[in-house]
Amino acid sequence: MSSATLGFGSRSAESIAQPPSTSDRVVDRLIRLLTLGVAWSIIGLGTYIVLQIAWVARPAVARFGASLLVSRTWDSNRELYGLVPAIWGTLYSSIVGLVIGTFFGLSIAIVLSQDFLPTSLEAILKNVIELLAAVPSVVYGLWGIFVVIPTIRPLADWCNAHLSWIPIFGTPLRGPGMLPAAIVLAIMVLPTVSALSREALMAVPSKIKEAAFGLGATRWETILGVLVPTALTGIVGSVMLGFGRALGETMALAMLVGNANSISVSLFAPGTTLAALLALNFPEANGSESQALMYAALVLLAITLAVNVVGTAIVNRATRRLRGLK
Amino acid sequence: MSAPVEITHAFEDVNLAKLEMSLRSPRTLASAVLSAVAVTASLVACVPLVSVLAMLLYRGGSRITWEALTALPPAAMAAGGGFGNALVGTVTMVGIATAISVPAGILAASFLALIGPETRTASAVRFAAKVLTGLPSVLAGVFAYGAVVLVTGSFSAPAGGVALAVLMLPTVILTAEEAIKMVPTRMKEAAIGMGATQSQLLLRVVLPTAMPGILTGVMLAIARAAGETAPLLFTALFSSYWLLDLGRLNLMKPTASLAVLIYNFSSAPYDNQVSLAWAASLVLVVMVLGFNIAGQVLSRNRHRR
Repeated sequence: MSSATLGFGSRSAESIAQPPSTSDRVVDRLIRLLTLGVAWSIIGLGTYIVLQIAWVARPAVARFGASLLVSRTWDSNRELYGLVPAIWGTLYSSIVGLVIGTFFGLSIAIVLSQDFLPTSLEAILKNVIELLAAVPSVVYGLWGIFVVIPTIRPLADWCNAHLSWIPIFGTPLRGPGMLPAAIVLAIMVLPTVSALSREALMAVPSKIKEAAFGLGATRWETILGVLVPTALTGIVGSVMLGFGRALGETMALAMLVGNANSISVSLFAPGTTLAALLALNFPEANGSESQALMYAALVLLAITLAVNVVGTAIVNRATRRLRGLK
Repeated sequence: MSAPVEITHAFEDVNLAKLEMSLRSPRTLASAVLSAVAVTASLVACVPLVSVLAMLLYRGGSRITWEALTALPPAAMAAGGGFGNALVGTVTMVGIATAISVPAGILAASFLALIGPETRTASAVRFAAKVLTGLPSVLAGVFAYGAVVLVTGSFSAPAGGVALAVLMLPTVILTAEEAIKMVPTRMKEAAIGMGATQSQLLLRVVLPTAMPGILTGVMLAIARAAGETAPLLFTALFSSYWLLDLGRLNLMKPTASLAVLIYNFSSAPYDNQVSLAWAASLVLVVMVLGFNIAGQVLSRNRHRR
């Protein structure tokens, strides 16, 4: 590279190296201060977001106190607001979605990290899973309404007709409900779980795997007995981060969960979640209802923040622990 | 397997037939069954993407016309119409969000990767960025509602842009930091050896070299922002009119977007509106996947170098 393209300015032909001039130093100082300032503003933004949400929720907290956290009715005409069904629905749909998503995500992570497929197929599978994460959630919602619900309806009807003594099949599927919402959630958390679990599995030193093979273990004895336990911290962290994503997911749930303010263990019953409650009611809310919704936002913030901080900490610890194994 | 006699002689009590891999042995069988389950599960996981794309092409493809791309949304019972204003609104708001988040993200990443990588500020910024990654998009909407809508007094495109910028920022910071870290140390040392200050090093050597990687992150962030719906319900709402009104551009009013149009029309009882929702989804997914693939191509070129 010539000095002209680098722009240091050359005065002599012998050497293009020269100490910075005074103006260079001043400009350097300013630019470094600028990056420091912007870096601080990111921390500031994080704090500002938390404080801002707490600030808009402040009137509701003052007015309703903790009563929202224990009440079950949501009736804006009588100014009665309870978040119990939404909190229940948030946790229930996320956990069901996470169970399905973890099964598939972990299978994919194992298939992609343990040489099950030829390299070309592996690359295709990896790209398809990455693209699953790219599809906007509102499109998943639309797809869920017109594809998932009609597809699972015969199965749901059969389960309800023959197995209705099991509580989770206790009610018929009348359109939107927990199960369609959880299926779409599973698809949305699957890329997070599979990518991070795959990284955790690939970080296990190959000598450990070879030692297991050398002792005569079969492929799956090695995977389930050695690799998964070694990478467990990372896998648990990936599931936690997937959980965080599922808790905050909004549009697909708003379109598929049914928006019924009720508590039911049936997979086919409609319900609601904190995020869906916000998205569905906010545009038309006024007065005390929009205050109560801001309270819901604060509760959602607290739950997701806690889950994400724990998940990030677990993933960080896993990487540090495996570094010691090498 | 036929082994030489001398070797079998040494292991006379070993039954070689027992060492053959056979599905009749329970351990091998279990392994084969689990392999089949895992591979099947992986293939099943690809079905949703194929199904989504097929439905979009099938239900939306036929509705993509010049009118759909340029006209205003139709009223409840009307025929025809399109989502021209939503397309303009999405591009405007993503543009505002990019203009805010990309310069800020690159500057913050420069600090994290080059100016002060080991400082306590840097680890605090990294932690904040990671936590922001997990911020539910609906809460970014609530934040922008409080910070912009309540302050300016109206739902608007800039409010939507701020909400989307909050969601783009962590992606830009974390990917740009990785890209800057990958610039070879010898290049940095060469520049410092010639008397470059840190900021000359940053602006003339490190950022140009890391640019493909930074752009990958920007593309991924744009792809995510373009599809976000929930934050826009709190900030931009929807509108059936153009941003440009009677020749005057007024950004400070409710603004349409593809994502909110899909949401609004998905539950509409009129076939015309539902089919427009599918067509808008197709356009949105093509945009999002296009940015994703552009980002991946950029990062692949970088690895080749």
